[in-house]
Amino acid sequence: MNKHVQAVAVPLIAVVVFLIFWELLVWANGWPTFKMAAPSDLPAAYIRYWDLFLTMGWQTLWRTILGLLLAVVFGTLLGMVMGFSRIMRDALYPLLVGFNAIPKATVVPIVALMFVGQHDFNTVLLAFIISFFPIAVSVSIGLSTLEPEYRDILRSLGASQATIFWKIALPKTLPEFFGALKVAVTLAFIGTNLMEIVSPHGRGLGALFDSGRTNSDFPLMFAVLIALAFLGIVLYYIVVALEKIFAGWAERTPG
Amino acid sequence: MENLIEIKGVRHAYSTDAGPLPVLDGLEIAVPEGGFVAVVGPSGCGKSTLTRLIAGLMKPDHGEVWLHGERVKGPRSTVGMAFQNPVLLEWRSILKNVLLPLEIVPSKLSKKEAEDRARFLLALVGLEGFEDKRPSELSGGMRQRASLCRALIHQPEVLILDEPFGALDAFTREDLWQTMHKVKEREPFTGVLITHDLRESIFLADQVVVLSGRPAKTQYVLDIPRNAAPTLDDLYTPEAAEQLNILRHQIQVAQGRTTEGAA
Repeated sequence: MNKHVQAVAVPLIAVVVFLIFWELLVWANGWPTFKMAAPSDLPAAYIRYWDLFLTMGWQTLWRTILGLLLAVVFGTLLGMVMGFSRIMRDALYPLLVGFNAIPKATVVPIVALMFVGQHDFNTVLLAFIISFFPIAVSVSIGLSTLEPEYRDILRSLGASQATIFWKIALPKTLPEFFGALKVAVTLAFIGTNLMEIVSPHGRGLGALFDSGRTNSDFPLMFAVLIALAFLGIVLYYIVVALEKIFAGWAERTPG
Repeated sequence: MENLIEIKGVRHAYSTDAGPLPVLDGLEIAVPEGGFVAVVGPSGCGKSTLTRLIAGLMKPDHGEVWLHGERVKGPRSTVGMAFQNPVLLEWRSILKNVLLPLEIVPSKLSKKEAEDRARFLLALVGLEGFEDKRPSELSGGMRQRASLCRALIHQPEVLILDEPFGALDAFTREDLWQTMHKVKEREPFTGVLITHDLRESIFLADQVVVLSGRPAKTQYVLDIPRNAAPTLDDLYTPEAAEQLNILRHQIQVAQGRTTEGAA
């Protein structure tokens, strides 16, 4: 089989097999939709609410991406501070770990109260809060584990710290950074939806899910889940594409 | 002849939790212009500290390091370094890796001239045709060859080699020894070679300095008469055997395994 065809066909076939399995499972058990909707129930929901899916999907998407971008900027800066300074690493690490350990569902009502009514801000904030941690940690580890010889090669020629950072430390950290970004992109997505569902304000796919719940429109709830999964896949592969461009050198051809 | 590198009465100690740990104590090394000195000694005797001192990456507590009649106070662009770990940048091609120092050091070469020089050096060490490969596509020995080219690209006055062949297998290592002679013939340099390998030291250097155990001082200096065109066969002559014997004995003294005094 052609390599490119295979790259597209194999995952597609896997998705179709999954959907058939799901359909059969519901059919064999004779489950009603309030127990579990079948894939064949979903097109009706998409057709009926397609405009809502588009507008609310877009709301979820842009707030996730904005939160993620903030997380990239802040996480990278924090990672740099912790990567270059041992004292800052010792000082900030326990704080960060503790912060990360707090279940984010408990943060939602607090944030919603603190910035009451500012729904876009709240949602972006939660996407940011939930996703900067892996980025900060990976950048700091990437920088602090740079072998001294790499520094010495440039330092022995009289290069400044900034030059060493741009020419060596930064590019060398990119594979770790993208590894963390793949985790962060899904986390940011979770953050956005958490805010949309726990503190409903009529925006985003989370709100659509919530309205499905209150109206007992179960196929709609499952349709939202699938739409969320789809957006998650799209975001993830955008990161994979960026990784190929900026850190493709780290990939070894097997053999 | 003027000494290009002069190390006079260098003492240095690292501060540790258990108090100062002296690593160098009374080091004397002099390398004339065009000379190639090998430094051997027991493990952990401060050989790598020595390379960092010459490169100006650190300052000694006492004593002086002079390069070309100037006291070393900090890093200087007239030094080229290669380590046991070739530390090539994985995201650059071999050619771009070799050109790296020219991005730091002010150079009179145009971009074209610099590239030509890099290609010339790569060809000299036998890496012709690998210019556009990534480091991960090269074997350990080839990476070390590329690292050598990088150390030479800016025509440094001093080449510092810190166990550059230590991680290679015996045959690759011998290949690289011969490459070193070829390089030195075409691109003369003044060199300091840190090594664990006594055969390497007498094959490459024209003077071998034996350091004592920690804290290290200059324990013994052996001059090696140089052939015009050394070959590996030179390592199996009675003279070579005698040189190796002397050095082996001196290392044992340095390790404290024998009480016989050093010369």
